[in-house]
Amino acid sequence: MAARLKQMAGAAAVAPLALLARALDPPLRAVQRVAGQGGMITFFLVPNMAIFGIFVLLPLCINFVYSMTAGPELFLAQRDWVGGAQYAKLLDCEDYTRPATCDEDLFWTAVWNTARFVLVQVTLLVVCATVTALILNRELRARGFWRAVFFFPVLLSPVVVGLIWRWILQRDGILNAAMLDLGLDPVNWLIERGWAFAATVGVTIWAHLGFYALILLAGLQAIPRDLYEAAEMDGTRPARVFWRITLPLLMPNLLVVIVLALIRAVQVFDEAFVLTGGGPGTATLYMTQYIYEVGFASLLKNPGLAAAASILMGGVLVVLTLLQLGLGRRGELKGKAR
Amino acid sequence: MRKMKTSLAALAVGLMAQGALAGDVRVMWYSDGVEGAVIKDLLDRFMAENPDVNVILDEVPYSVVQEQLQVQLEAGQGPDIARVTNIKALADHWLDLTPHVADPDYWRENFGAQADWMRPDGSDAITGFMTQITLVGGFANKTLFEQAGVEMPGAGATWDDWVEASARVMESQGTVAAFAVDRSGHRISGPNISYGGVYIGDDGMPAPVNDGTKDFVGKLVDWTEQGLHLKDVWVSASGSTYRAAADDFINAQLPFYYSGSWQIANLSTKIGDLFDWVATGSPCGTAGCSGLQGGAALVAIKYTENAEEVGKVMDYLAQEDVVREFSERTLFLPGHKGVNAKGGLNWDTEDPNVGAALDTFVAAAADVLPEAQRLPAWKWGSAYYGALVTRISQVMAGELALDEAWARIDSDIAEQVEAAQ
Repeated sequence: MAARLKQMAGAAAVAPLALLARALDPPLRAVQRVAGQGGMITFFLVPNMAIFGIFVLLPLCINFVYSMTAGPELFLAQRDWVGGAQYAKLLDCEDYTRPATCDEDLFWTAVWNTARFVLVQVTLLVVCATVTALILNRELRARGFWRAVFFFPVLLSPVVVGLIWRWILQRDGILNAAMLDLGLDPVNWLIERGWAFAATVGVTIWAHLGFYALILLAGLQAIPRDLYEAAEMDGTRPARVFWRITLPLLMPNLLVVIVLALIRAVQVFDEAFVLTGGGPGTATLYMTQYIYEVGFASLLKNPGLAAAASILMGGVLVVLTLLQLGLGRRGELKGKAR
Repeated sequence: MRKMKTSLAALAVGLMAQGALAGDVRVMWYSDGVEGAVIKDLLDRFMAENPDVNVILDEVPYSVVQEQLQVQLEAGQGPDIARVTNIKALADHWLDLTPHVADPDYWRENFGAQADWMRPDGSDAITGFMTQITLVGGFANKTLFEQAGVEMPGAGATWDDWVEASARVMESQGTVAAFAVDRSGHRISGPNISYGGVYIGDDGMPAPVNDGTKDFVGKLVDWTEQGLHLKDVWVSASGSTYRAAADDFINAQLPFYYSGSWQIANLSTKIGDLFDWVATGSPCGTAGCSGLQGGAALVAIKYTENAEEVGKVMDYLAQEDVVREFSERTLFLPGHKGVNAKGGLNWDTEDPNVGAALDTFVAAAADVLPEAQRLPAWKWGSAYYGALVTRISQVMAGELALDEAWARIDSDIAEQVEAAQ
């Protein structure tokens, strides 16, 4: 009786879909008669491609054209065509490693700050996420609770994350109050260059760790248990198990994590902007903030220069992504060859 | 949160940018204090008297006015009326109200002194009026000075006098610094000019940074290095981001705070009777004791489709009794000649510090030097202010030497002027 009821409920749920499919069948057949079977692929892709084209490709092209213009006007037709002058300005440098020798010194300061941030943050983030995933994959008491604890910061908006940590780290913040209670000298965490940089790295890791740990956790759980059982029977040391079984089989997930973390790190803005505002001085001025300030926040805005900087930043992102995907593909091919 | 806020702001901006219905007047308004509630009250009264005009008040954060209004204006859209501080640089977008107001001569007579601040060079248009006149100046924590047994410097005291006295208070009372100046190019321009700073060249274009500006900025950097000037305010951001030190003054962590008259309502509300504070005017330099005037203007936008209704709203808000009431309730200095001439403003506060502070600022207005008087109506003021803040904070953060900063300031200004022309 129960099975029959279940079957009826299932049929009722599917009925509208079946009805819809039947209604769509004649027009789709008509399209297929005209376009052919191969043409149906295009037919189904067109809506998505149109959305992608209008909301991604078109703005990208417009942004590129903007980068070739100058002036405060908004409409492209009213702007002065300057060709590659904005790029030339950004790239005009005696020594790229010393921003002070560059025409647009703040751009290069932002570039090097971002490079340093990416290197440190992505490395630490991947290591921490891997360790966290390994721990959460063990048979812990209240494992679900601990997984939720690590994932919770991901649910917070970046501005909230920045504000929370600002309240903790500012001169008269919670951390300094606690240090004073313990008889320690307070530290101006957000005003000392090194600490401010460390704060942006630490806070962004705290905010995103859970997301990447979750991806790695899924990868760990997909590794067949019998491999570990076989290793255990052979008396393999845990470290060797990690390097020989866990890490190689986790590599596809790890690559995804690295690519995503890399892209996210290059785009760092929200948390860092709220936390340090790019300071002290320009110690935590990153690329996106530079673009935002030049294009939107300055009293006299320069959208052409901001567009050129964003195109250069986009180019770097594309190169990094392709590099990572290439490495990933090579890894897969090697795996298949073995 | 930020993304959501941005999306909502973008949505709001999009909605604001929609074509207006006949009789609708959209006002974009930001508030520093209580003026949002006051203007809403005044506009409600206007609509009761003029049922054919529907005024929609869009209260937005200051950042929306600074960052998004210009984009709307460049696109030929925007509200019908806006409250703005970037008055001169955007003057091409303001509507000439002359044919739309009942009595243009009333406007010229009462708001003529600041009319050039908000219209293109060489124009005689009536584009709006100042909702408040502000003057840059200082505040001292009287209670801290008394507790420290340090006499507060009197009239004619120099910046050195004030810093020296505040340093003694700092030592005695254990405050975080002796004084702070808001992170703003506008804020340090009064002191720069007091030391002989000249921004405007003979041709009306930006002049290279001169010795007067270098003198005061050099002192400010030295005081920062000595821990007398609150470093946090200036180095806690990059670029030209505005940062106020008001919270540290309110928390009794600063004996002396250099900001401006618009802080009076804020200080009164937040300090209450926790301690006594006084306005001091601007300390003196070698050339004078100048602050810098400024303020927020209510301007009509030339892309409005309801210019007649806009004229009616502006006429109403510019009436002498309305300006008087607005100023009394918001504790803002009025920009209306008739109101100022009659005086006797009945400030809507029981705080005894407020009346005295407003009187001090009114008196300090007489000390504003001619170079400072020219700045609010000067098109390139924003370029100068932005470059000063950006580079001076880098010097304070130890990233640039002062000599490098002067060169960068000059080139930054030149580039901004070139980009904007």
